Amino acid sequence: MALHFEHVGGRDAGPVFLYALSTCGWCRMTRDLLASLRVAYDFVYVDLLSGAEADEAIGEVTRWNPACSFPTVVLGGERAIAGFNEKALREALGGAHG
Amino acid sequence: MDDADVDSLRQRLKKQAGEGGYHLNPDEAFTDGLVRGILTNAQRYGYGSCPCRLASGTKGDDLDIICPCDYRDADLNDFGACYCALYVSAEIAKGDVQAHAIPERRPPKSARDLKGDYENVGELRIGALKLPVWRCRVCGYLCAREEPPAECPICFAAKERFERFI
Repeated sequence: MALHFEHVGGRDAGPVFLYALSTCGWCRMTRDLLASLRVAYDFVYVDLLSGAEADEAIGEVTRWNPACSFPTVVLGGERAIAGFNEKALREALGGAHG
Repeated sequence: MDDADVDSLRQRLKKQAGEGGYHLNPDEAFTDGLVRGILTNAQRYGYGSCPCRLASGTKGDDLDIICPCDYRDADLNDFGACYCALYVSAEIAKGDVQAHAIPERRPPKSARDLKGDYENVGELRIGALKLPVWRCRVCGYLCAREEPPAECPICFAAKERFERFI
Protein backbone atom coordinates (compact mmCIF):
# COMPACT_ATOMS: atom_id res chain seq x y z
CA MET A 1 0.00 0.00 0.00
CA ALA A 2 1.35 3.39 -0.92
CA LEU A 3 1.18 6.24 1.55
CA HIS A 4 -0.97 9.12 0.47
CA PHE A 5 1.01 12.34 0.36
CA GLU A 6 -0.42 15.76 -0.23
CA HIS A 7 1.40 17.68 -2.95
CA VAL A 8 2.39 21.32 -2.67
CA GLY A 9 3.35 22.91 -5.96
CA GLY A 10 6.45 25.02 -6.57
CA ARG A 11 9.98 25.00 -7.92
CA ASP A 12 11.34 21.55 -8.76
CA ALA A 13 14.15 20.67 -6.34
CA GLY A 14 13.90 16.93 -6.90
CA PRO A 15 11.69 14.68 -4.80
CA VAL A 16 11.11 16.27 -1.36
CA PHE A 17 9.04 14.30 1.12
CA LEU A 18 8.10 15.78 4.49
CA TYR A 19 6.90 13.54 7.31
CA ALA A 20 5.25 15.80 9.87
CA LEU A 21 2.83 16.00 12.79
CA SER A 22 -0.22 18.24 12.47
CA THR A 23 0.22 19.45 16.06
CA CYS A 24 3.94 20.26 15.95
CA GLY A 25 5.35 23.79 15.93
CA TRP A 26 8.65 22.82 14.28
CA CYS A 27 6.78 20.94 11.54
CA ARG A 28 4.78 24.09 10.87
CA MET A 29 8.02 26.12 10.72
CA THR A 30 9.37 23.59 8.21
CA ARG A 31 6.32 23.97 5.99
CA ASP A 32 6.60 27.77 6.25
CA LEU A 33 10.26 27.58 5.24
CA LEU A 34 9.51 25.31 2.26
CA ALA A 35 6.79 27.75 1.23
CA SER A 36 9.17 30.70 1.46
CA LEU A 37 11.72 28.78 -0.64
CA ARG A 38 8.90 28.08 -3.14
CA VAL A 39 9.91 24.44 -3.36
CA ALA A 40 7.53 21.74 -4.59
CA TYR A 41 7.13 18.98 -2.01
CA ASP A 42 4.89 16.20 -0.75
CA PHE A 43 3.91 15.91 2.90
CA VAL A 44 1.98 13.61 5.19
CA TYR A 45 0.77 14.22 8.76
CA VAL A 46 1.69 10.93 10.42
CA ASP A 47 -0.40 11.64 13.54
CA LEU A 48 -3.54 11.65 11.38
CA LEU A 49 -2.88 8.16 9.98
CA SER A 50 -4.06 4.94 11.55
CA GLY A 51 -3.58 1.20 11.20
CA ALA A 52 -1.39 -0.12 8.39
CA GLU A 53 -0.84 3.36 6.94
CA ALA A 54 0.50 4.65 10.26
CA ASP A 55 2.76 1.60 10.61
CA GLU A 56 4.09 2.10 7.11
CA ALA A 57 4.81 5.78 7.71
CA ILE A 58 6.52 5.07 11.05
CA GLY A 59 8.63 2.36 9.40
CA GLU A 60 9.62 4.74 6.62
CA VAL A 61 10.56 7.59 9.00
CA THR A 62 12.52 5.20 11.24
CA ARG A 63 14.45 3.91 8.23
CA TRP A 64 15.69 7.44 7.47
CA ASN A 65 15.82 8.71 11.05
CA PRO A 66 16.09 6.00 13.73
CA ALA A 67 14.77 8.37 16.44
CA CYS A 68 11.52 8.55 14.41
CA SER A 69 11.24 12.24 15.24
CA PHE A 70 9.38 14.93 13.35
CA PRO A 71 9.76 16.73 11.06
CA THR A 72 11.80 14.40 8.85
CA VAL A 73 12.48 15.62 5.32
CA VAL A 74 13.67 13.03 2.81
CA LEU A 75 15.54 14.52 -0.15
CA GLY A 76 15.88 12.79 -3.50
CA GLY A 77 15.30 9.41 -1.86
CA GLU A 78 18.93 9.67 -0.75
CA ARG A 79 19.23 11.51 2.53
CA ALA A 80 17.13 12.90 5.32
CA ILE A 81 17.18 16.05 7.41
CA ALA A 82 15.76 15.41 10.89
CA GLY A 83 14.23 18.24 12.85
CA PHE A 84 13.74 21.85 11.81
CA ASN A 85 17.31 22.47 10.66
CA GLU A 86 16.86 25.74 8.80
CA LYS A 87 20.48 25.96 7.66
CA ALA A 88 20.56 22.43 6.21
CA LEU A 89 17.18 22.89 4.52
CA ARG A 90 18.22 26.20 2.98
CA GLU A 91 21.50 24.72 1.77
CA ALA A 92 19.76 21.72 0.23
CA LEU A 93 16.77 23.51 -1.23
CA GLY A 94 17.69 27.17 -1.44
CA GLY A 95 18.24 27.03 -5.20
CA ALA A 96 20.49 29.41 -7.13
CA HIS A 97 19.28 32.44 -5.25
CA GLY A 98 19.07 30.60 -1.89
CA MET B 1 -11.99 23.09 21.03
CA ASP B 2 -12.14 26.84 20.41
CA ASP B 3 -9.84 29.80 20.92
CA ALA B 4 -11.15 30.29 24.45
CA ASP B 5 -9.94 26.79 25.44
CA VAL B 6 -6.50 27.51 23.99
CA ASP B 7 -6.39 30.86 25.78
CA SER B 8 -7.48 29.41 29.08
CA LEU B 9 -4.90 26.59 29.00
CA ARG B 10 -2.15 29.01 27.95
CA GLN B 11 -3.02 31.30 30.88
CA ARG B 12 -2.98 28.39 33.32
CA LEU B 13 0.33 27.05 32.04
CA LYS B 14 1.84 30.52 32.17
CA LYS B 15 0.72 31.01 35.77
CA GLN B 16 1.99 27.59 36.86
CA ALA B 17 5.27 28.12 35.00
CA GLY B 18 5.81 31.43 36.80
CA GLU B 19 5.07 29.87 40.18
CA GLY B 20 7.51 27.02 39.58
CA GLY B 21 10.36 29.13 38.14
CA TYR B 22 9.70 28.10 34.53
CA HIS B 23 9.00 30.27 31.49
CA LEU B 24 6.71 29.82 28.50
CA ASN B 25 7.96 30.70 25.02
CA PRO B 26 7.29 34.44 24.51
CA ASP B 27 6.39 33.88 20.82
CA GLU B 28 2.63 33.88 21.29
CA ALA B 29 1.64 32.53 17.88
CA PHE B 30 4.11 29.65 18.23
CA THR B 31 3.02 28.96 21.83
CA ASP B 32 -0.67 29.06 20.92
CA GLY B 33 -0.01 26.47 18.22
CA LEU B 34 1.64 24.17 20.77
CA VAL B 35 -1.13 24.66 23.35
CA ARG B 36 -3.66 23.84 20.62
CA GLY B 37 -1.61 20.73 19.84
CA ILE B 38 -1.68 19.61 23.49
CA LEU B 39 -5.47 20.08 23.59
CA THR B 40 -5.82 18.21 20.29
CA ASN B 41 -3.81 15.32 21.73
CA ALA B 42 -5.86 15.37 24.96
CA GLN B 43 -9.01 15.01 22.87
CA ARG B 44 -7.54 12.46 20.51
CA TYR B 45 -5.71 10.21 22.98
CA GLY B 46 -7.18 11.11 26.38
CA TYR B 47 -3.87 12.61 27.55
CA GLY B 48 -2.10 15.83 26.62
CA SER B 49 1.10 14.48 25.11
CA CYS B 50 3.87 16.58 23.57
CA PRO B 51 2.62 18.18 20.34
CA CYS B 52 5.98 17.54 18.66
CA ARG B 53 6.11 13.80 19.36
CA LEU B 54 4.07 10.98 17.90
CA ALA B 55 1.94 9.46 20.67
CA SER B 56 1.18 5.73 20.65
CA GLY B 57 -2.38 6.11 21.91
CA THR B 58 -1.52 3.94 24.96
CA LYS B 59 -1.15 6.18 28.00
CA GLY B 60 1.12 3.78 29.90
CA ASP B 61 3.64 3.91 27.03
CA ASP B 62 3.51 7.69 26.81
CA LEU B 63 3.61 8.87 30.45
CA ASP B 64 7.09 10.26 29.78
CA ILE B 65 5.85 12.58 27.02
CA ILE B 66 2.74 13.96 28.70
CA CYS B 67 3.40 17.70 28.88
CA PRO B 68 5.43 18.74 30.83
CA CYS B 69 7.51 15.78 29.73
CA ASP B 70 10.19 13.89 31.68
CA TYR B 71 12.84 15.46 29.45
CA ARG B 72 11.91 19.14 29.86
CA ASP B 73 14.27 20.08 32.68
CA ALA B 74 17.31 18.35 31.18
CA ASP B 75 16.63 20.03 27.82
CA LEU B 76 16.17 23.42 29.50
CA ASN B 77 19.56 22.93 31.17
CA ASP B 78 21.35 21.81 28.02
CA PHE B 79 19.58 23.77 25.27
CA GLY B 80 17.52 26.51 26.94
CA ALA B 81 14.28 25.06 25.61
CA CYS B 82 12.26 21.89 25.86
CA TYR B 83 11.81 19.68 22.80
CA CYS B 84 8.73 21.47 21.45
CA ALA B 85 9.97 24.84 22.85
CA LEU B 86 6.84 25.51 24.90
CA TYR B 87 9.14 25.96 27.91
CA VAL B 88 12.24 28.09 27.48
CA SER B 89 15.06 29.56 29.55
CA ALA B 90 14.87 33.01 31.19
CA GLU B 91 17.13 34.40 28.43
CA ILE B 92 14.83 33.19 25.67
CA ALA B 93 11.75 34.30 27.64
CA LYS B 94 13.21 37.81 27.80
CA GLY B 95 13.66 37.81 24.04
CA ASP B 96 17.48 38.10 24.19
CA VAL B 97 17.97 34.77 22.41
CA GLN B 98 15.75 32.79 20.02
CA ALA B 99 14.62 29.21 20.67
CA HIS B 100 15.94 26.60 18.25
CA ALA B 101 14.91 23.06 17.46
CA ILE B 102 16.90 20.63 19.61
CA PRO B 103 17.76 16.92 19.37
CA GLU B 104 15.32 14.28 20.62
CA ARG B 105 16.34 13.06 24.09
CA ARG B 106 13.57 10.47 24.46
CA PRO B 107 15.09 7.03 23.92
CA PRO B 108 13.82 5.13 20.85
CA LYS B 109 10.98 2.67 21.45
CA SER B 110 13.31 -0.35 21.55
CA ALA B 111 15.17 1.17 24.53
CA ARG B 112 11.97 2.38 26.25
CA ASP B 113 10.61 -1.13 26.21
CA LEU B 114 13.40 -2.12 28.62
CA LYS B 115 12.77 -1.54 32.31
CA GLY B 116 13.03 1.90 33.92
CA ASP B 117 16.19 3.32 35.50
CA TYR B 118 15.00 3.05 39.05
CA GLU B 119 13.73 -0.52 39.06
CA ASN B 120 16.55 -1.65 41.32
CA VAL B 121 16.91 1.39 43.51
CA GLY B 122 14.71 -0.25 46.13
CA GLU B 123 17.65 -2.49 46.98
CA LEU B 124 19.83 0.48 47.88
CA ARG B 125 17.94 1.21 51.06
CA ILE B 126 19.64 3.74 53.30
CA GLY B 127 19.16 2.25 56.74
CA ALA B 128 15.61 1.44 57.62
CA LEU B 129 13.53 4.29 56.29
CA LYS B 130 10.13 4.66 57.89
CA LEU B 131 8.58 5.69 54.59
CA PRO B 132 9.30 5.20 50.90
CA VAL B 133 10.70 8.19 49.00
CA TRP B 134 8.89 9.17 45.80
CA ARG B 135 10.43 11.14 42.96
CA CYS B 136 8.57 13.30 40.43
CA ARG B 137 9.94 12.22 37.05
CA VAL B 138 9.17 15.65 35.62
CA CYS B 139 10.96 17.97 38.05
CA GLY B 140 12.79 15.73 40.53
CA TYR B 141 10.74 16.74 43.59
CA LEU B 142 11.22 14.16 46.38
CA CYS B 143 8.86 13.37 49.22
CA ALA B 144 8.78 10.68 51.91
CA ARG B 145 5.24 9.43 52.45
CA GLU B 146 3.12 6.33 52.01
CA GLU B 147 2.05 7.36 48.50
CA PRO B 148 2.98 10.11 46.05
CA PRO B 149 0.81 13.25 46.21
CA ALA B 150 -2.16 13.51 43.83
CA GLU B 151 -0.29 16.30 42.07
CA CYS B 152 3.33 17.42 42.28
CA PRO B 153 3.31 20.63 44.38
CA ILE B 154 6.22 22.00 42.32
CA CYS B 155 5.36 21.26 38.71
CA PHE B 156 1.75 19.99 38.94
CA ALA B 157 2.50 16.66 37.25
CA ALA B 158 -0.06 13.96 38.11
CA LYS B 159 0.49 11.22 40.71
CA GLU B 160 1.20 8.60 38.03
CA ARG B 161 4.32 10.55 36.98
CA PHE B 162 6.01 9.67 40.30
CA GLU B 163 8.36 6.74 40.75
CA ARG B 164 9.66 4.99 43.84
CA PHE B 165 13.11 6.51 44.46
CA ILE B 166 14.22 4.86 47.71
